[in-house]
Amino acid sequence: MRYESPATTKEAVALLAKEKGAAFILAGGTDLLVRMKMGLAEPDLVVDIKRIPDMNTIKTTQTGFRIGAGVSGAQLTAHKAINKAWPGVVEATHLIGSDQIQGRCTMAGNLCNASPAADSVPAMIAAGAKAIVVGKGKRRTVPVEKIVTGPGKTSLKKGEVVEAITLPKPAKRTGDAYLRFTPRTEMDIAVVGVGISMTLERGVVKKARVCLGAVAPTAVLVPAAARALVGSKLDDAALNKLVAACAKACNPIDDKRGTAAYRTRVAGVLAKRAAKIAYKRAGGAA
Amino acid sequence: MSDAVLVSTKVNGDVVEFACPTDEVLMDSLRDRAGMNGVKEGCGTGDCGACSVTLDGQLVCSCLVLGVEANGREIGTVEGLTEDGKLHPLQEKFIEHAALQCGICTPGFLVAAKALLDNNANPTETEIRYALAGNLCRCTGYDKIVRAVQATAKDLRKSKKR
Ligand SMILES: Cc1cc2nc3c(=O)[nH]c(=O)nc-3n(C[C@H](O)[C@H](O)[C@H](O)COP(=O)(O)OP(=O)(O)OC[C@H]3O[C@@H](n4cnc5c(N)ncnc54)[C@H](O)[C@@H]3O)c2cc1C
Ligand code: FES
Ligand code: FES
Repeated sequence: MRYESPATTKEAVALLAKEKGAAFILAGGTDLLVRMKMGLAEPDLVVDIKRIPDMNTIKTTQTGFRIGAGVSGAQLTAHKAINKAWPGVVEATHLIGSDQIQGRCTMAGNLCNASPAADSVPAMIAAGAKAIVVGKGKRRTVPVEKIVTGPGKTSLKKGEVVEAITLPKPAKRTGDAYLRFTPRTEMDIAVVGVGISMTLERGVVKKARVCLGAVAPTAVLVPAAARALVGSKLDDAALNKLVAACAKACNPIDDKRGTAAYRTRVAGVLAKRAAKIAYKRAGGAA
Repeated sequence: MSDAVLVSTKVNGDVVEFACPTDEVLMDSLRDRAGMNGVKEGCGTGDCGACSVTLDGQLVCSCLVLGVEANGREIGTVEGLTEDGKLHPLQEKFIEHAALQCGICTPGFLVAAKALLDNNANPTETEIRYALAGNLCRCTGYDKIVRAVQATAKDLRKSKKR
């Protein structure tokens, strides 16, 4: 196995594009090194992106935030402005593993690992996050929901790297939240995760995005669930419609963490709770 | 066969250099090449925290870091807690409160607890339990560990005031 730690994205892309064998990007390594240990990944080349300065910083831009792909959960949690703008995204990322894992894990790694239960992903999608994808000679900006195509599968082409995740500047009176259900409060994998963001006008939901995790092969954005909220002040009728829309969007598996029926039920319960938190954060009267 | 790379790093303040196979994890480099046997392997997959060290001051599982990643960085292990053979207050309190039995988890708990106290001089019990959620102990039932950390925090706050 060759190990490279390039200083620029361009070099990283060139290394990946040139490699004939199995090439892997190393961000925090909290998924990749576990897979290597289990024999599930056998890299010929590992490209460590953590020494690329551009990928290690959080920048506040005119349109929002640009979070480098090497930025750890701990770095994100320490960023005051993002905590204020998108608390749900920070909470979701902070749920990944222990303090030890937080010191290393990245949002981009969580996304590109393509687990259906990845915690930061539904929150990113709800917030309208985008991935800046760099390949040889080109760069594209892709909505986060377009990256994962199935368990362990992404739409990234050979040699392509996620350089950063962007979060928009939230419109006034916007709030977001992420909740997950796990048997243990820390160090567990989501049975269900729900990310919601919404923008209010005079206490009425104007815009919303609802995204479910761990209930389908990929995180699913549920427009019908968002429509259930729009126009409401989160009254019971709207919340019941939200629950029904979420249940309809679920396509979960039965496994040791929960049956499909249980997951479907919990998705609705969590969606209701997350909607209430996001509403309150957006300045709505609880 | 894997390539080897020359790694130059600082462990507990001392410069350490070794040839490191590229696929070797830092936990093994520290134990087998730097002689830091206080770094323990429990699971090798990030779940138990026995291999906890600091990397440029950040708490990490050394089983989930490649040895080659340590090049040019600074590592702190449990061996760095003692000064001139004198135990760190956390170590004293772990003994006093019987916060260990078999002891395999102890170095990881000490390194993680120190990382917590460095950032938060007065953690609540809940904060301590969350901060140590990445460290597993099959012997003590955790309570004595939490008490030992609380007692250390209290003592350190007192000695700072003086
Ligand atoms: C003990 C433990 C607990 C965990 N708990 C949770 C949890 O609660 N919730 C959760 O969601 N996850 C959890 N995880 C999984 C893991 O920590 C997360 O998925 C994490 O966010 C992965 O980020 P990373 O930077 O470590 O990824 P890496 O391991 O570095 O990379 C993951 C994958 O993505 C690819 N990749 C990484 N960065 C890029 C990039 N910029 N562009 C293209 N491809 C890239 C890599 O090649 C690799 O295939 C846990 C893991 C462990 C070991
Ligand atoms: S050995 Fe590293 S976490 Fe268990
Ligand atoms: S003292 Fe034995 S595992 Fe903790």
